[in-house]
Amino acid sequence: MANARTLYDKIWADHLVSEDKDGTALIYIDRHLIHEVTSPQAFEGLRLSGRTARAPEKALAVVDHNIPTIDRSQGISDPESALQVETLAKNCAEFGIEYFDESDKRQGIVHVIGPEQGFTLPGTTIVCGDSHTATHGAFGALAMGIGTSEVEHVLATQTLIQKKEKNMRVTVDGVLPDGVGAKDVILSIIGEIGTAGGTGYVIEYAGTVIRGLSMEGRMTVCNMSIEGGARAGMVAPDETTFEYFRSRPRSPQGADYGQAVDYWKSLCTDDGAAFDTEVRLDAAKLPPVVTWGTSPENVVSVTGSVPDPGTVSDQAKRRAMERALDYMGLKPGTNMSDVEIDRAFIGSCTNGRIEDLRVAAAIASGNRVHERVNALVVPGSGLVKAQAEAEGLDKIFINAGFEWREPGCSMCLAMNDDKLKPGERCASTSNRNFEGRQGYRGRTHLVSPAMAAAAAIAGHFVDIRDWR
Amino acid sequence: MEKFTNLTGVAAPLEIMNVDTDMIIPKQYLKTIARTGLGKGLFSEMRYDDDGNDVPDFVLNKPAYKDARILVAGDNFGCGSSREHAPWALKDFGIRCIISTSFADIFYNNCFKNSVLPIVLPQEDVDKLMDDASRGANAIVSIDLEAQEIRGPDGGVIHFEIDPFRKHCLLNGLDDIGLTLEKADAIDTFEASAQAERPWL
Ligand code: SF4
Repeated sequence: MANARTLYDKIWADHLVSEDKDGTALIYIDRHLIHEVTSPQAFEGLRLSGRTARAPEKALAVVDHNIPTIDRSQGISDPESALQVETLAKNCAEFGIEYFDESDKRQGIVHVIGPEQGFTLPGTTIVCGDSHTATHGAFGALAMGIGTSEVEHVLATQTLIQKKEKNMRVTVDGVLPDGVGAKDVILSIIGEIGTAGGTGYVIEYAGTVIRGLSMEGRMTVCNMSIEGGARAGMVAPDETTFEYFRSRPRSPQGADYGQAVDYWKSLCTDDGAAFDTEVRLDAAKLPPVVTWGTSPENVVSVTGSVPDPGTVSDQAKRRAMERALDYMGLKPGTNMSDVEIDRAFIGSCTNGRIEDLRVAAAIASGNRVHERVNALVVPGSGLVKAQAEAEGLDKIFINAGFEWREPGCSMCLAMNDDKLKPGERCASTSNRNFEGRQGYRGRTHLVSPAMAAAAAIAGHFVDIRDWR
Repeated sequence: MEKFTNLTGVAAPLEIMNVDTDMIIPKQYLKTIARTGLGKGLFSEMRYDDDGNDVPDFVLNKPAYKDARILVAGDNFGCGSSREHAPWALKDFGIRCIISTSFADIFYNNCFKNSVLPIVLPQEDVDKLMDDASRGANAIVSIDLEAQEIRGPDGGVIHFEIDPFRKHCLLNGLDDIGLTLEKADAIDTFEASAQAERPWL
């Protein structure tokens, strides 16, 4: 069909302010999320040029990257972090932007609180000075990470200069084996397309497996679109999505809700719409996965072993593998299930929501964290934390020897005190295993919440499908 | 924004694939509220040892490359986070141009906002420049943005592609926000019609 359009085509068209002959376009931004790390220079830029925020009511700010996850009553001891947090508070007051500070019950990771509040909505354009903004694509929004100059641009103009990307569809059909979840799906996708595979694309995730995922699972998948190099990742909204927004603090109410749902229903890829690239995965074949290297594409089944660079003919790839294995302190051929860990981290905008904590708590229940392992559980937001405590999950974790913390990014990027020591090996539910990501010379293995909890207890990676 | 027209300087080889933003500028440097002064943190985990001394093997620590203005790097340079601190750090160090076979999307965008030029070339051209860059202080490379040409130490010329709008902004040092504000009427019109169509927003 000539006029058949993809979901991305539709949202793009509905936000196009202007387009030049060479395709350079101005698109309107409906929602702008702000945090302390990537915003100070943007506000400073506005001040220096005497500009104001065009639509401050379309922005929401929160502190997440820098703050301690232990008792906050004493304030933030690191003076630089404290200054950055204070700066955000001042900037928000000056430019009229609503701000959740560290004592607000709604405070949490920016990508957890946006949906939770109903600030994120289907069919919107959403940006944030943070690459994992892709998370919000789970709701059928066009959600993109931007740099600080673009944060300033959005504040001043409520628009962004862009060119349209190509369309990619990743279809996951079939039935996931027990123990295999959304995190394994997205890590497998990245393993398949590579970390640059999505460069130049917006990905739409489709297929029975994606349809069957809860909103939380879809967020886990979309969150890591950036690890596949894509500008954004999205899932067409459906009943699961509409239900999610029935009672959020900022979602449309009453007649508005009905009208919104009618519009949201139009947000699906038309039959016959063309994708520039199609990727298909068979769910039945997906195992629980673990990363072995320092790139999120370095995935292997938990039943597999560390690969051998000697078998790779491409010189640059071989060298990259050797460098990664050296950094990770791993020998080719080692069974992943023999790899012992020192730390476990359950949290982040990939896996710090209530369902993730429930899965991890079910594994932890009645067990003990291995004596060598230090394990952290960091809820994605204050509301997630409160919900978990209402369900008694905190007690389960604490009784099993996990530490139960205050919400924030924490050891996902280790900007606060939660970090690996040199050489420490961590089973982490976060999204990046780069060198130094979780602490100088720390070693990160990306896994699902179930796999991280099981590894914390066993002291090494275990096939969650065999968990007693 | 500062203009970018011509650049001549030493090109440094960084033969690593998937150089990520955590490598370019680790998180401990992200606590700043300024855009400047980040050059000292550039590649710090590769550049300094545990005591903060220079690692002699790291390319930018070698005397020949201390003043490098150009970086020739492996595939998918700049992957990872959206931190604009990455191009800020490169620029603060003195690097104004990065050449690779591919760049991560957000990093690529961020460079243009800071008058840093990322150039995408086919593998064989990058290999050639990587080779040129390995010649130490003699690795003098010139970039002519207007002509879209790179001149190597042997005088060989490589042509590169660049988006015309981005080229125009770099050559003239144009500020995106200023350009967009000229379209304020179109934004007003869009806002009014979107409000009518999607009043719940
Ligand atoms: S949890 Fe990690 S990936 Fe997510 S926003 Fe925070 S630092 Fe970034």
